[in-house]
Order: sequence, then C-alpha cells, then structure tokens
Amino acid sequence: MSQALRAKPYLNPYLAGTLLGVVLFLAFFITGSGLGASGGLNRLLVYVQNEVNPEHIDQVAYLLKMAGGNSNPLDSWIVFLTIGTIFGGLISGLLGRRMKFETNKGPQISNGTRWVMAFIGGALMGYGARLARGCTSGQALSGGAVLSVGSWAFMFAVFAGAYALAYFFRKFWN
Amino acid sequence: MANFPLPLADLLGHWGSYAVYAVIGIAFGMTLESAGFGNSKLLAAQFYFKDMRVFKVMFTAIIVAMTLVFLSSSMGLLDYNLVWVPPTYLWPGIVGGLIMGVGFIVGGFCPGTSLVGLATGKIDAMVFVFGVLFGIFMFGETVGSFATFFDSSDMGRFTLPELFNASYGLVVISIVVAALILFVLAEKVEAMVNDRPQQKLPGWSKPAAGALVALAAVVLVVGQPSTEDRWQSIAADSQAKLDQRAVQISSAEFIKYRDDSKIKVVPLDVRDESYYNQFHLRGAIHVPLEEVQAKARELQFEPANTLFVTISNDEAAATEAWKVLKAESVPNIYILEGGVNAWLKEYAGNSLVEEDRVYNREEDQLAYRFKAATGARHPAAEPVAHTINLKYEPKVILELKRAPTSGGCG
Repeated sequence: MSQALRAKPYLNPYLAGTLLGVVLFLAFFITGSGLGASGGLNRLLVYVQNEVNPEHIDQVAYLLKMAGGNSNPLDSWIVFLTIGTIFGGLISGLLGRRMKFETNKGPQISNGTRWVMAFIGGALMGYGARLARGCTSGQALSGGAVLSVGSWAFMFAVFAGAYALAYFFRKFWN
Repeated sequence: MANFPLPLADLLGHWGSYAVYAVIGIAFGMTLESAGFGNSKLLAAQFYFKDMRVFKVMFTAIIVAMTLVFLSSSMGLLDYNLVWVPPTYLWPGIVGGLIMGVGFIVGGFCPGTSLVGLATGKIDAMVFVFGVLFGIFMFGETVGSFATFFDSSDMGRFTLPELFNASYGLVVISIVVAALILFVLAEKVEAMVNDRPQQKLPGWSKPAAGALVALAAVVLVVGQPSTEDRWQSIAADSQAKLDQRAVQISSAEFIKYRDDSKIKVVPLDVRDESYYNQFHLRGAIHVPLEEVQAKARELQFEPANTLFVTISNDEAAATEAWKVLKAESVPNIYILEGGVNAWLKEYAGNSLVEEDRVYNREEDQLAYRFKAATGARHPAAEPVAHTINLKYEPKVILELKRAPTSGGCG
C-alpha cells in the first residue's frame, strides 16, 4: 500500500487528552452538563421496548420514568449527544483513514471467541453503568472534572476491577 | 451572576437546543476516535501497562476540564451551582464501577469508546454495543429486586473539597500536580514493560504542563465566589425586585400554585424551631435561616416546575433566606407576603382570640401565642377552600431551569 493511503497514526495521548478536556469544558460551560454515552444507549433501548411492548414499560418503575404515558424516551439531549458521538467517530475515522471492518483482539484467540467476550463484557458494562448511574464518560470523566466524590470513587472502582482481573484474561489480549 | 451555562432552551427552543448537544457529541466522538479509543486492543493494553493511553488521555482531559471549569467560576463567568455534578450514591457507584471494570477487561471497551469503534467498522465494538444494550435491558428488568440498595448511600451533590474540608483551589491544584507526577511515572513504566528507552515527549508538553499549573494556581489564589460575592453581583436587580415588592406573593397566589398539580410548591419555613412547632403551614419544610445556604444545592435537584416560597413570621428572615437562595441561583424563588402572621390573620378565624395576641411585638415575632405545639394540625395550617379570597395580583413568573436536571447518563 502506498504511503498516502496508510492509516494516520493516533494523536499523542496528551494532545488528545487536552482536546478532550477542552470539549468537556465547553460542554459544561455552554450547557451545564458534561458528556455521556450510556444514557443515550439506554434511551434508544427504552424507545424500542416502548414500541414493542408498551404495557411492560408501564409496569417497571425504572422504565416508566423515561417512557411512561406520552413521554418520548428519545426526547432528551443525551440522545442527540450520543448520535453526535457516533458521527464524530465516523468523521474522524474517515479523515484519519482508519475506517476498516476488522476485529481487534489478541493473536491467541479466534474472532468468534473475541465476539463472545465482547458481548459478555458489553453486558457487564451496560449493567454496571446503570447501577453506577453512569459510565466512564458520564461519571468518571465528567463527574471527575467537577469533583464529585461518587465519581472519583467510581473511577477507582473501574480501574480496580479491570486490573484485578487483567492477569486472568491475559491470553485474550496478548 | 455569571452568564454561563446558557439557558439553551430559552435561546434556541426545545429542539434547537438539542442541535448544540449534537455538535458537542461530534467533537466528543472525534477526539475519542483520534485518541485511539476505537481500538479495543489499545484500550486493553492499559491493564498490562504496555500502553497507558487510557490513563493519560482520561487524566489529561480531567485536569484540563477541571482547571478551566473552576477558573471560569473564579472569574465569575460560569455558575458552578448550575453545573451538573453527578450525585454521589457511594456503594451502588462502587459496585457498579467494579462490574464495569470487569466488563472493560472482558469486553475491551467502555460504552463511549464502543460508539466510535462501531462508527469506524470495528466488528467487536458492534457486538459490544449489543452487549451493552442487553446489560441495560437486564438492569431494567432486575433493578426492582434490589431497589433499596440502588438508592442507598445517597449523599446528593457532594464534592471532594467538601469531603476534605479544603478550598476548591487547593483540591484543583493538588489533582493537577498529582496527575503530572503520575504521567512521568507512566512513561517510565511503559518503557520498562516494553523494554525500550523512554519515548520522547513533544516539545510543547512541558510548557503546557507549566501553564496548567499556573492556571490552577490562579484558581487557588482567586478562590470561588462566596454567597456574599454572588449576592453583590445580582444585588442591583434583585434588591429592586424586593423594593418593588415584585417577589412577595400573596397567600391566595401561594394556595393557587399549591393546588395546581402541574406545579410543585416547596414552602421553606425559615423560623426557629419553637415557632415551627407552634404552628406552620401544611407541607412547609423547616430550614432554619442559618441552614438555608447549605440547603441551596439540594434544592437544585428539584424538578424544573418547582416553586420555592420562603416563610417567616413577618418577612425579615424570609427576605434574608430569599437573598441567599437567589444568590445561590435557586430558580423560581418567592417570599410569602406578610409571612405566618398575615396568614393567621386571614385564615385563623375564630380559633385565635384576642387574648392570644402578642402586643408590642418585635419584627418577625409570632403575633399569637399558641397554648400548645399545634404544628400543622391547627385548622389554619390548611384553610378550607371557600374561605380563600381568590383575588390577588399575580407575581409569579415561572422561569425555565438553566441547570440540567440529569447528567450524561440519565
């Protein structure tokens, strides 16, 4: 492949972090809210559930808050932020020539194993994010920057959980 | 007070404001992707100390955003009270965090990074997103069985400076310095684990780190605006409203909103406890004047359609409380005109006789002597509808809330 078509390298992490910090600051400065991701996915899911089985929504208090009666679960700023995030990733991927259908994994496992792990890991992430009332973006990053005690405790818990089990999963990644 | 955050829904309309969030989302997605966060292998490398990119990007972002947030608050540009600080539910947060940590090492993404992975064609990210949706679905189905735990250890809006009883500036500069030290260590660890010489940092990194420390030092020196500073910045306009009696609402208007199911009325009784025990309006919350300031942040959590009304015997203490809450950016805050004394005069009827009256009383003293602590059991605590004079001069103008009522995960 010629040099011109090769994927551009990722940004220096400190530069990327500074840019991310400025975006996060502007989000707080302009809107008063930080960033997030799991909330948008949550509402997309509730929207589908409401289309498929609206009676069920009315029986579960947790879902009722978002989609009870006539309220539209997609009528929330976080949904638009999430859609924007996907488009932003797409734009940056195109500009950096990093768009590629592929599965990233360690060399010792098959694609199938990686996909099963991705699903299980995703399910744990989704469950944990709702329990913790936020994900790495909404709690750790945003809450951390505005000095929420709970967000810092949460952030340490995420790193602790991942480091504690990293040894047992080393053959999946290395 | 500070002009930011902007009242987006007022400026751009309900759906128009969402366009701003979409643009912020695009910028968020672009930075995540260009940081390499669409690649699960690179993310997982963090936990084998091979590439500490996750830590570096995340903590750089935190210290940059934190310094800018508190700097703009120091400068009076940004109102920190209106910034969404995720409420602390300590134990559900820690348990959820541990589960997510496991999910991170198993699945290789977190929800935000999986979105940019999905956008750039990573198949494992697409499967991961389905997993996240399944996990969220399972949570909705099971949360009912442990609702008590889910709502436990609720500490509300609780910040590190409050925990350590230190100033915001001190906490900000400490975190900045600690992060910079950890970056230096991270570089050494990476070199050691990968058995290579340390990578050369770009030339701008040291000046940038120095600039960030300098900005944090400014935050430390200038400090955050006090309630008094905040009042001074709005005094001209707000004192005029007090003088024109534009915020003192009649009992009839109070009752009208209280009976309106679309509006939540929170009456705040700021008198001493003995007065509160003798008599108070039904539903009134007792918040002694000296505790009003601490209560302000809690009131920010009330829904947008909330009307706050401060109440004292006359108006003096209620006016003081009003000033504090106004300065602390509590929206839709009013004073009950004439206080409890005017209320009793209007609605107590024959239940209080002439001999109960207190003559030559001081300002803000209760005008009647109660023989027992009747609290809200006194008939005047909730007057019968037909006794209410419904003619009044309307003063309440409900404003849309500037502060968000949920964070990025709600």
